[in-house]
Amino acid sequence: MAKHATPLLDQLESGPWPSFVSDLKQQAAKRAKNAEKIDFQIPADVVDDLLGLLELSFVDGVTHWKHGGIVGVFGYGGGVIGRYCDQPEKFPGVAHFHTMRVSQPAGKFYTAEYLRQLCDLWDLRGSGITNMHGSTGDIIFLGTTTPQLEEVFFELTHKFNQDLGGSGSNLRTPADCIGQARCEYACYDTQNLCHTLTNEYQDELHRPAFPYKFKFKFDGCPNCCVASIARADMSFIGTWKDDIKIDQEAVQAYIGGEIAPNANDHNGRDWGKFDIQKEVIKLCPTACMWMEGGKLKIDTRECNRCMHCINVMPRALRIGDDRGLSILAGAKAPILDGAQMGSLLVPFIPAEEPYDEIKEVIESVWDWWMEEGKNRERLGELIKRQGFQKLLEVTGIEPMPQHVKEPRSNPYIFWKEEEVEGGWTRDITEYRKHHQR
Amino acid sequence: MEYEEAKAKIVDELQRKSKTKTKFYFSDLAKLLEAKPRDAKKLVNQMVTDGALVYWSSGSTTMYSLPGVGKQAAAEHEEKEE
Repeated sequence: MAKHATPLLDQLESGPWPSFVSDLKQQAAKRAKNAEKIDFQIPADVVDDLLGLLELSFVDGVTHWKHGGIVGVFGYGGGVIGRYCDQPEKFPGVAHFHTMRVSQPAGKFYTAEYLRQLCDLWDLRGSGITNMHGSTGDIIFLGTTTPQLEEVFFELTHKFNQDLGGSGSNLRTPADCIGQARCEYACYDTQNLCHTLTNEYQDELHRPAFPYKFKFKFDGCPNCCVASIARADMSFIGTWKDDIKIDQEAVQAYIGGEIAPNANDHNGRDWGKFDIQKEVIKLCPTACMWMEGGKLKIDTRECNRCMHCINVMPRALRIGDDRGLSILAGAKAPILDGAQMGSLLVPFIPAEEPYDEIKEVIESVWDWWMEEGKNRERLGELIKRQGFQKLLEVTGIEPMPQHVKEPRSNPYIFWKEEEVEGGWTRDITEYRKHHQR
Repeated sequence: MEYEEAKAKIVDELQRKSKTKTKFYFSDLAKLLEAKPRDAKKLVNQMVTDGALVYWSSGSTTMYSLPGVGKQAAAEHEEKEE
């Protein structure tokens, strides 16, 4: 028998989709039964109270969580998010319900044993509710009390060699794709770069001094599986400079139907015979491909590495050999309003240890943002406010054609008078006669 | 700026303002110290380690305050438990 009646939450279980309410009820029942005889360190009925509190929020139409608080572990300004309920007498199990962020391993590779250890720890010292993975990528532990925070932190760091992630006005836990560990498209070792920078910038991760959050994300190729271009203040996307490698025999095998296109991904129904013209060449965004004498040709100078042809014919086309990454800056994906994509800052930079060139770009961007950024202003907003040109100045990067989407529209890189031989003067009154404001 | 001098400056100023304001952004503290963000960060974090300041976090934004100042403890039922 549930501790609280939850008729409104029960409704959420009636849809065709998996329901978090069912999951929570299952967890509440598991804790009530406690078949494993766990010596719960926080109230056993925490999940029942969580359901009750949520039901009350639906009834009242307002949240019953308070905003933030002073909780953390010693020496860290992030990784723990204080959550307190404003109905502690009614729902004592969730009077404290703090979130802990656990830094996910690079590429999210972990063993079943490691996961089991984390879950055992959280069953003992927390609610047992996890979120795999939060939007920052972390493993999220949902709900524990203040006295358990240091205990969890001690066990994580001493037993599992595992750190907390980032929260607050910090560098957030850097996230990357699986990269060269399993993917032939990866143009650089995303896991190595992610791990290296995570270690390098420990202070930025754990001790907040930024105007707001700051995210790094690492994609091995322009397929952008981590979606860094849409949500990381600085995204690192693998690319290459030379030709896409073409295996003409394999191209013919795709055309002849011997190899299924898209790695046989769309085999749920019959889409008809593979048509290279329709499915590849005509879909090329820069029209840089054509067939000539039975051979596929690509004009590399026009290719913008959209990955479509490689995705459709992975056995015939492979990424080039002169590999590195592009750095984009200023993306953000807030919940309510103001999403924006990253702008290309560095078209190509080698991704080789010890990554000094990359660190130089990062640190010059941070120096500028820390100095000039307003409170709660993301890097992308500062770029909009002070101009992309200012970003180029502070990073010492010369404006180049890749910074401009297309000629003669939206040119946000301007000449300054001192950069033009002879300078210029203009009579503004005369100009306004012909060009009104 | 020497650490002790910086600490005294921050604590004095935050105490002076504590009737009207109890939480401060990092940039407020950097301005008080008249230091570059990276230098200010070292000083401010040392103050947190020493217990002269505490972090306050909403989850997305971090602020700093003097320990015990503001209505945090009573409002969050911390006192009751201890």
